[in-house]
Amino acid sequence: MNEKLTSIKQEILDGIENQATSRATAFELRKQFLDSKTGKIGQLMKEMKNIPNEEKAEFGKQVNELKNWATEVFEDLDAKMKAKELKERYEKEKIDVTIDAECEPKGNLHPITQMRNQLIDVFAGMGFTIYEGTEIENDYYNFTALNTPQDHPARDMQDTFYLSPEFLLRTQTSSGQIHVMENTKPPIKILSPGKVFRSDDDATHSPMFTQMEGLVVDKKITLCDLKGMLDVFVKKIYGEETTTRLRPSYFPFTEPSVEVDVSCFECGGKGCKLCKGTGWIEILGAGIVNKKVLENCGIDSDEYSGLAFGIGIERTAMLKYGINNIKLLFESDLNVLKQIDDN
Amino acid sequence: MLVPLSWLNEYVDIKDITPAELEEKLFSCGFEVEEVIEVGKDVSGVVVGLVKECEPIPDTHLHVCKVDVGGPELLQICCGADNVEAGKKFPVALDGASVYATAKDHKTVEGVMKIKAGKLRGYDSQGMLCSGIEIGVADGMYPGASYNGLLLLADDAEVGADIKPIVGIDDYLFDVSITANRPDCQCITGIAREVAAVLNREYKAPALDFTPDASVKEGFTVEVKAPDICPRYIGHYVHDVVIKESPLWMQRRLALVGQMPISNMVDITNYVSLEMGQPMHAFDCDYIEGNKIVVRRAEDKEKIVTLDEQEYELTTNNLVICDGVKPVAIAGVMGGLNSEIRDTTKEVLFESAKFARDNIRKTSRALGKRTDASAKYEKGVDEYSTFNAMKRALHLVEELECGKVSSTHVDVNTGNSIEPKEMKVSIAKVNRVLGIEVPTDDIIRILKNLSFDPKVNGDELTLMIPAYREDMESYPDVAEEVIRMYGYDHIVDTFLPDAQVTMGGLNAKQKKELKLKKDLCAKGAYECIHYSFISPSDFNLLNFAEDAEERKAIKILNPINEDLSVMRTTLAPSMLHAVSRNQKKGNLEGKLYEVASRFIPKSLPLTEYPEEKQTLCVAIFGDKYDFYSLKGIANAVADSFFTEFKYEPAEKTFLHPYQTAAIKEGDNVIGYLGKVAYEVAEKLDLRTAAYILEIDLDYLYALDTKASFKPLSKFASVNRDLALLMNKDVSCGSVEDTIKGACKYVTNVKLFDIYEGENIPSDKKSLAFSITFTPGEEDFEADSVDKYVKKILGNLKYKLDVDIRS
Repeated sequence: MNEKLTSIKQEILDGIENQATSRATAFELRKQFLDSKTGKIGQLMKEMKNIPNEEKAEFGKQVNELKNWATEVFEDLDAKMKAKELKERYEKEKIDVTIDAECEPKGNLHPITQMRNQLIDVFAGMGFTIYEGTEIENDYYNFTALNTPQDHPARDMQDTFYLSPEFLLRTQTSSGQIHVMENTKPPIKILSPGKVFRSDDDATHSPMFTQMEGLVVDKKITLCDLKGMLDVFVKKIYGEETTTRLRPSYFPFTEPSVEVDVSCFECGGKGCKLCKGTGWIEILGAGIVNKKVLENCGIDSDEYSGLAFGIGIERTAMLKYGINNIKLLFESDLNVLKQIDDN
Repeated sequence: MLVPLSWLNEYVDIKDITPAELEEKLFSCGFEVEEVIEVGKDVSGVVVGLVKECEPIPDTHLHVCKVDVGGPELLQICCGADNVEAGKKFPVALDGASVYATAKDHKTVEGVMKIKAGKLRGYDSQGMLCSGIEIGVADGMYPGASYNGLLLLADDAEVGADIKPIVGIDDYLFDVSITANRPDCQCITGIAREVAAVLNREYKAPALDFTPDASVKEGFTVEVKAPDICPRYIGHYVHDVVIKESPLWMQRRLALVGQMPISNMVDITNYVSLEMGQPMHAFDCDYIEGNKIVVRRAEDKEKIVTLDEQEYELTTNNLVICDGVKPVAIAGVMGGLNSEIRDTTKEVLFESAKFARDNIRKTSRALGKRTDASAKYEKGVDEYSTFNAMKRALHLVEELECGKVSSTHVDVNTGNSIEPKEMKVSIAKVNRVLGIEVPTDDIIRILKNLSFDPKVNGDELTLMIPAYREDMESYPDVAEEVIRMYGYDHIVDTFLPDAQVTMGGLNAKQKKELKLKKDLCAKGAYECIHYSFISPSDFNLLNFAEDAEERKAIKILNPINEDLSVMRTTLAPSMLHAVSRNQKKGNLEGKLYEVASRFIPKSLPLTEYPEEKQTLCVAIFGDKYDFYSLKGIANAVADSFFTEFKYEPAEKTFLHPYQTAAIKEGDNVIGYLGKVAYEVAEKLDLRTAAYILEIDLDYLYALDTKASFKPLSKFASVNRDLALLMNKDVSCGSVEDTIKGACKYVTNVKLFDIYEGENIPSDKKSLAFSITFTPGEEDFEADSVDKYVKKILGNLKYKLDVDIRS
């Protein structure tokens, strides 16, 4: 081989060995030899005129081989340098992944709203629509139409806030039943969630709390339907293994009236602190709509019957989330609100 | 209501039923036992002891006694009581016994103690002689129960016998909760009837027989002037009365339920009230003037002193029992002091009456006087009981031999029957309510046990409803009676097999509300719920003017307290208090929101439904926030409803004078936002800046805006930056509006720099905007955007005197 070629080859190898420390220097080095205009290998072709004719072919071939070899070598070098630089870059970016990160906070719906939405989801799936009545009601809708006339002792069951002789803060969302039944022909399936008010303020009572009334009016509605429907509801909210129990109670607007207990979801019914050792937790009141209530709304009680139930949302939420004091729900303490995220 | 099981056992045999079983049975048929109280639970190991020898211990008040407790040897016991005496019988707490510990006064119970054999003043003492209080014997349970010394037992008490049955502390008390529809169960016999029915056992009614003598009280009359609130008044005259103590059995029953025994005549009225549920009263006839009773509404400002020596001023809303001259009782609440039974009483007038429940309730509330009688009347007393209670009382007068029953019996009534009432129901309808087929034999058995005397004819059931069951009106009531006795565990789960399919879910407004709430949560805000009522002082906190609209609020007539007494006309006060509470707990930064109603009366006092305007209130607090942080949230609200808000400088009494804006949608002002004024923040002890907004949601719900797709332009948008020079009082919003208004292809205007200072005149400011032009159907021509910019600059100059900054 031409001496020059040999020395260029050596020069390349030396250069790679000594100068190529980075992709940039490798590129510079490559340019010295392979640049199409100034590269040393390209320059060799200019010497062709000094080569005897019979050697021209051989020389050309050798230059080409050198060029191919150099191209390959520099490609390898570039790949190596690229890998090396990437490695260095990664190493430079090493961080302590255990350092705590600040999460961009998102807010939460209020626990009552979360519970309310869950209940609505369950019942909406059963065909219930939502009716939201007013917080200020008149005496007729809150009491009289619900079979609780003026002298009825049940009025004492609920200490009422009065705004005038006629108007009051509703003590129960059952008042929504009447508005709906007056304006809708059966079949009716409504949920009526909302704030209700009773003059009660102690560790376990808040003067304002939230109820959700459910009402179904159709032909042939029975106590078995009430139990079946509420059974589905408690399984969805408290878990598939939950069972229900009915026991007699009294509400003026239902007859028969029942309290609905669920098997304690804390102990599974064995008896614990939550269920006060009984294995059961009282969650709602319900019953077959009193036929007088249907008649008050102009619904034929021979043709139609109904079921109604009323759920205390705070109680349901407190049981589900383990909140121990109803007052916490109305104090807007971020330390509380941040904890309940069950949407 | 307290029910001693020993008393209950008199009317239905429950000796073989454990208290736990009975509790379960009552629970299953609708009577929750709130508490089971085991009488004498803390007392054990106490027997009857006979003191054989009793010698004083020198230089002490103590005696050392030898006591026979029925064992092979006498026990030596030291005793400090003043009435210890050889030959007498006392309760003896043996080694290991449990009795009550009393305070130094020997009267106040301070806990339970164990008795251990030990030494006292060097003498062995192998137990303790006990007082009545130490073994939990209440006054009336045993003679001398409250004596401050040993409880002296009767001579016939068997030595060594367990003390508990002897002093009546081997009993259970059930505290039974009675639902409002069952006033007939507010008494021992009422519960007994239910227990008999659920156990399928016989109910043994108390004896009502008596034999009046021929004597009469000449000329005695009863006049009821208010039959609307006193439908029945029965009076009976008893003479040759001998006032003394009641027999032990009666005293004991009264004492068990917490009634102090007083004297035979008074005890009879209390006993009958507990037994039959009918409040009764006894007047001393010597103090009844005019030989008559008049039942009438009180005169305004009429006065009466009741048995407990309290004076009350009455109104015409109150019902009074009067003699010929004066009121002698507040009807249904309490008797008058002037005619009370005394030791000297010789003639008694018994009263058994029915009064309207709401009248008694209102009187009791108005006078602040709740008695056992008023509590019963409020829930309702039936005339069947009114009638029989008098008979029972007279029977007891004879049984206790405390007087002679005369023939003077006056029953003034409005003709209500006390006979059973016939009711016909369809068995199919009863079963249709329940959803199961209860076997007819079971229905018959159950209704028979409830004394409804059922007769079946095909599907038709004929019942004779006792007059005390005023709650029985039609077939659903019968269904309830059947199922509570048959057992709710027979109800099976069905899921509306016959009902029609309905479409469920949220309506459009409800969906918008939920979306808004979720959008706000996504902005880092937490939802709050606050009371619908606030304190009137909150209006002062927010510096509202005397005549401000916000002060025209609905007041609660009977609030719990002043702080919870007015319906909110603005959500801001509750929210500001929430911010303040958070800061006090160390939460110095946060975002809160509430969606709730404001209550705007159409008239005051209320004569029609007020407006309940659904409103959003948002507060953010923390030093990292500024006015624009909250404005960003307001814009998010606009986005949630697919609209845009505009903002104009505004004023609010509780907000910063220069950092407050009215929020407008179209031309309508729908809310405000701003920084909480420093003086308000100071009153709330806020440690960081706070910003608040309120927006009328009803307005936004009513918008018919919705998400819609705009076709993407085929052509590229063009951006131009303009630095503009203007007077300092020109608002950014007006510049933006002018830019947008000048060219329909402007799709975005974004402020990116504000500059005041060097190089521009001191009365000027420079605002720099990046403006995006988006082509429509056709691409812009080469010089289109330049033309638009020129037009924009022209409009800015003309409308706002804005120049391009060179």
